[in-house]
Amino acid sequence: MSILSNSVSITRYRVHGKINAPIIDNVTGGLIKNTISEIDNQISDRAVGWTSFDSPFQPDFDGSSFVFGNYFVFALRIDKKNIPAKVLKKHYTLEATKRMAESGRDYLSKNEKKLVKEHVISALSLRIPATPNIHDLVWNYDDGVIWFFSNLKVANEELESLFSKSFNLSLIRLFPYTAAELSADLSDSQHDELHKISPTRFVK
Amino acid sequence: MLDVAVAYNRYQFLGEEFLTWLWYIIEKKQNLIKKFDNEFVALEVGNRVVFENRRKESTERITIKGDGASLEEGFLALSKGALVTELNMVYKSAELMWQFTLKGESLNISGLSSSNTGSPETDDDIEGYVLDKIFIYEKALQLLENLYTCFVKLRVSNTWQNKETPLIKKWIQSS
Repeated sequence: MSILSNSVSITRYRVHGKINAPIIDNVTGGLIKNTISEIDNQISDRAVGWTSFDSPFQPDFDGSSFVFGNYFVFALRIDKKNIPAKVLKKHYTLEATKRMAESGRDYLSKNEKKLVKEHVISALSLRIPATPNIHDLVWNYDDGVIWFFSNLKVANEELESLFSKSFNLSLIRLFPYTAAELSADLSDSQHDELHKISPTRFVK
Repeated sequence: MLDVAVAYNRYQFLGEEFLTWLWYIIEKKQNLIKKFDNEFVALEVGNRVVFENRRKESTERITIKGDGASLEEGFLALSKGALVTELNMVYKSAELMWQFTLKGESLNISGLSSSNTGSPETDDDIEGYVLDKIFIYEKALQLLENLYTCFVKLRVSNTWQNKETPLIKKWIQSS
């Protein structure tokens, strides 16, 4: 989802830790090292990596192009090849029939069926282009805050994992407890009380 | 800090109490919101509210949707022990307007739309346009963060049980 869409979803994060100086060079390095790889015409059926906000299909992080004012703006791209179930079934059936004819048997063992399926998926993956999903991200480095423009569970999990791998920093998702702990500026006694509270009954 | 996975489930009620309180604030204490925005115009319940009652054996879920929908069913749900689990809101400040849905369990924001900021005319305008968008989102998110901080501080104080909860109960019963 793009920052520029008419309607956006946002998941908020706190960044735990800081990047060593020179910050922009090190962020650039983390982005380049983990840039999305193209998997079209390859066996891989899935790829995850960073891409540029303004040119998501031709990632380029040179020249601090991801720096917008005080923010770092780039995107997580998840490419996936979706083989329609009916296409898979057709090619599996054809391949299984061919293998049985070759072996002179009228059945395949469990292991042979598994191998046929893997072979068919690999062959189809070479021919099917990947569908890209792009989720923008705004990183306010000074405040240690990230807005990730997706609420999708898979996308958020990929973000947390790739961010940690790329920058050696952890992301803490802001949900009721973490937002109270990290963003509400509570005193020690208020933190203690937070750990003790239980649900309120608004009715008798 | 608690383990994140444990804390997510353990404190789900906190986000839902926040949304329930927020609805009460929208209806009864708009002045409180003005403290956080000196250009404040309005914060209103939007076109979707979801309630869940987990006090029953099986969770009961009620969704009210549609512009101008009556919220009577919602008050009835609250009076039976439900909490607000999703709240769509319309926020107006100065000349700007935002509409979005906040989910209690995660505090995730979805469907956030804002007043039209136009479109960049050339590629050179992109940076300025993005920064404008960030500024606009920041304003709505800042209000939510301030309101949540206010709620949490109230929630961990004696005032919550002694004053705020009786007022919310009264509001539910009288609506």
